[in-house]
Amino acid sequence: MEPVINYLLLSGVLFSLGVLGVLMRRNAIVVFMSLELMFNAANLAFITFARMYSALDGQVFVFFVMAVAAAEVAVGLALMVAIFRSRRSIDMDQLNSMKG
Amino acid sequence: MTFVQLMETGWNTVGLAPWVVFLPIAGLLANLMFGKYLGERGAGVLASLASGLAFGVSILMALNLASYPEPQVLKLAQWISVGSFNAGWDFRVDTLSVTMMLVVSGVGTLIHIFAIGYMHSDVRLNGDPGRYSRFFVFFNLFIAAMMVLVTANNYLMLFVGWEGVGLCSYLLIGFWFEKGKDGIGNALAAKKAFITNRIGDFGLLLAIFLLFWNFGSLDFDAVFQKAHEVAKVMPGVIQAITLLMLLGVAGKSAQLPLFVWLPDAMAGPTPVSALIHAATMVTAGVYLIARSAGLYVLDVSAQLVVTWVGALTALFAATIALGQNDIKKVLAYSTISQLGYMVAAVGMGAFVAGMFHLVTHAFFKALLFLAAGSVILGMERRALEAGSHHGETHTDGHAIDPQDMRNMGGLRSRMPLTFWVFLAGALALAGVAPLAGFFSKDEILAYALVHQPAVLVVLALTALLTAFYVARQVSLVFLGNPRSLEAHTAVESKPVLTIPLVILALLSIFGGLVNLPGIHFLETWLEHSVQAAEKGEFILGVVLVSLMLALSGLLLGWWVYGRRPVSSAASADPLQAVLGRLFVAVQNKWWVDEFYDWLIIKPFQRLSHFFAKAVDEMVIDGVVNGLGYAAIFAASLIRFLHGGLARSYALMMVVGVTIILAYLILR
Repeated sequence: MEPVINYLLLSGVLFSLGVLGVLMRRNAIVVFMSLELMFNAANLAFITFARMYSALDGQVFVFFVMAVAAAEVAVGLALMVAIFRSRRSIDMDQLNSMKG
Repeated sequence: MTFVQLMETGWNTVGLAPWVVFLPIAGLLANLMFGKYLGERGAGVLASLASGLAFGVSILMALNLASYPEPQVLKLAQWISVGSFNAGWDFRVDTLSVTMMLVVSGVGTLIHIFAIGYMHSDVRLNGDPGRYSRFFVFFNLFIAAMMVLVTANNYLMLFVGWEGVGLCSYLLIGFWFEKGKDGIGNALAAKKAFITNRIGDFGLLLAIFLLFWNFGSLDFDAVFQKAHEVAKVMPGVIQAITLLMLLGVAGKSAQLPLFVWLPDAMAGPTPVSALIHAATMVTAGVYLIARSAGLYVLDVSAQLVVTWVGALTALFAATIALGQNDIKKVLAYSTISQLGYMVAAVGMGAFVAGMFHLVTHAFFKALLFLAAGSVILGMERRALEAGSHHGETHTDGHAIDPQDMRNMGGLRSRMPLTFWVFLAGALALAGVAPLAGFFSKDEILAYALVHQPAVLVVLALTALLTAFYVARQVSLVFLGNPRSLEAHTAVESKPVLTIPLVILALLSIFGGLVNLPGIHFLETWLEHSVQAAEKGEFILGVVLVSLMLALSGLLLGWWVYGRRPVSSAASADPLQAVLGRLFVAVQNKWWVDEFYDWLIIKPFQRLSHFFAKAVDEMVIDGVVNGLGYAAIFAASLIRFLHGGLARSYALMMVVGVTIILAYLILR
C-alpha cells in the first residue's frame, strides 16, 4: 500500500490546481469546474484520513460534500444561465457591478 | 370641613370655592364631547348655565363674606413641594377675589347669553356653522382660567390662570383663523397678542422668581408678612419685583409700551372683545397690582412709574381713539385708555378706586361692545340674507365693511333699543353724573388731586377726549341719515341679544351705587383684603370740573359730528379740517406699529435672516456636509480594493486564508 503522504500530496496538488483555476480563468464554467476540483481534493483528503484512522466519519462526510456540491452546481448553473440571458456573456471579468 | 368648624363659623361657603372653576370646566367638557349633538341652542344654554352657576356660587361666597369678611383659604391640592417650598392649588376667598369672581362670572354670563344669538349669525356669515359649539368651549375655558387667576392664593397659581386666559385670548382672537386680511389677518392678530403678552409674562415670571428667591414662598400672606423685613434690608429687590410685575401688567392690561396687541385683538368675534378684551382679562393686571398692594406701597418710585405709565397710556390711547373709523377699534382704544385710568389709580395707591373703576368699566364697556355687536349684526343682515339664499357668504360684489362707522348713520330710528343702551354706556364712559363711570372716575381724580396733581391734569385731559370721542361715535353711528344700503336696511336685534344689553345698561346706570360717596360700600368691603385701603374723598371742585369736562367734551363732539352729520361714507372726517396733519397722525395711531416694526420686528427679522443664511447654511450645514464629504474622501482612498472583479475577491480570500493558516501553523 502507498504511504499516506502520497494521497495527501495528490489532494494538495488538486486543490492548488483548483484555486489557480478559480483565480485565473475567466470563463465561469471553467471556474465552476475548478471549484469541483477543490471539492474533490478535499474529499480525497477526507477518505485518506478515514482509511488512516480506520474511522467511517470521513467517508460519511464525503457523501455530504458530494450532495452539497451537486446542489451548489445546480444553483450555480441556474445563475449562470440567468446571467448569460441578461448579459450575453459569462465572462467573469465583465461581471463588475459590485464595483465600489 | 368638619361639623364643629361648621358650627363655629356658621354656614361657611368657602368649600364651594373650587366650583367656580369646576363648573365652567364641566360645561366645556360637555360641549366638547356632545356639543355637536346639542344643537346651537343647547350648546349655548349649557355654556351660559355653567357660567351662571359659577356666578351663583360667587354670590353665595359673597353673602358669606358679608357676615364673616376675613380672608379664608381652601387648600384643594398639593402641587409643588420641594424642600421647604410649597405651592398648592389653594383657593383664596376674600373680598377682593370674590369681587373679581362676581364681575367675571356675572358679566361673563350676560355675554354668554348675548353670544348665543350673536354667534348664530356670525357662524353663518363666516360659512361654518359647525364651529358654533367650539366658541362656547373656549368661552367656558376662559371663565375657568380667569377664575383660577382670581382665586389663586399664591403667585404661581395666579400665573397658571394668567397664562390660561392668555391662551383663551389667543384662541378666540383667531377664532376665524383662516379669515381676515389676505386670509391670514386674524391669525396674525392672534399671534401678535400672544407674542406681545409673552414679553409681559417674561417680566411677571422674573418677578415671581425674585419673590421665590428672596421670600422663600409665593403664598400671598407669607410674602406680604415678610415684605417689610425684606424692604428694610434690600429695597432694591422690592423695586425690581414691582417694576418687573409692571411689565407683566403692561402686557396683559395693554399699557404703554405693550398696548399694540389690543386693537388688533378686535379681529375676534364681538362677544370675545366684550368679555376678554374689555371686561375681564385685560383687567387682570389691575387686579395683580391691587393684590400685590403690600409690595407696591413699599416702593414709592415704583408706584410713581406705575402711575405715570397708566396716566400716559390713558391720554395716548384716548388721542388715538379720536381718529378711528372702526366701531370696535374706537372702543378698543377707549379700553386701553380706561385701563390706563385704573393702572394710574392703583399706582397712586388708590386701590379701591382702581377696583371700583374696574367694576364699573366692566359694566359699561361690556355694554358698549355688545351694543356695537348688535349694530354690526344689523349692518350684516343684508349679507347674511344674501348668503343664506345662495348658500354662500359675502358674494355680493360691493361688500362694505360692516364695522366702519362711515358706512353707518341713522341707526337710531332703526335700532332704537340698541341706541338707548349704547347711549347709556357711552354716557357712563364719558363720566356723566349719575352714571357708573362718573363715580369711579371721580374717585380716581379726587385721589389724584390730593396725591399727584400732575397726574390729575393728564387724567382730566383724557376725560375731555373720552367724552369727545364718545360723542363722535354716537353721532357717526346713530345720528344723521344712513350712509349705506346696509345701514338703511338694518333692523333691531333679537331679544336674546337685547336682554343682556338692557341688564348691562341698568348696571351701567346704577353701578355707581356700589361705592357711592358717603356710603363707600366697596371700600369697607375691600379693606378686609386690600392693604392700605384709604377712604376715598369726595371733593366738590373735582366733581364739578370733571362733570364740566365731560359735558363740554360731549358738546364739542356733538357740535363737530352731530350738528351737521356727515353726509356720505366717502366724505372727509370733519375733525380733519380742524386738526389737519395732527388728525392724520391720530388716524395712523401715531405710527406706533410702524415704529415697532422698524425698531424691533425688522431688525429681528434681519437677525433671523442672518442666522438662517450665515450661521445655519454656512456653519451648521457646513459641518454636516463636511462630515459627509470627509467620509467620501476617505472612501476614495481605499476604493481600489473593490474593483468589482470576482476573481480579485477570490484572490484576497485565498491570500487571507493562507495568512491565517500560516499563522496557525507557524506560531
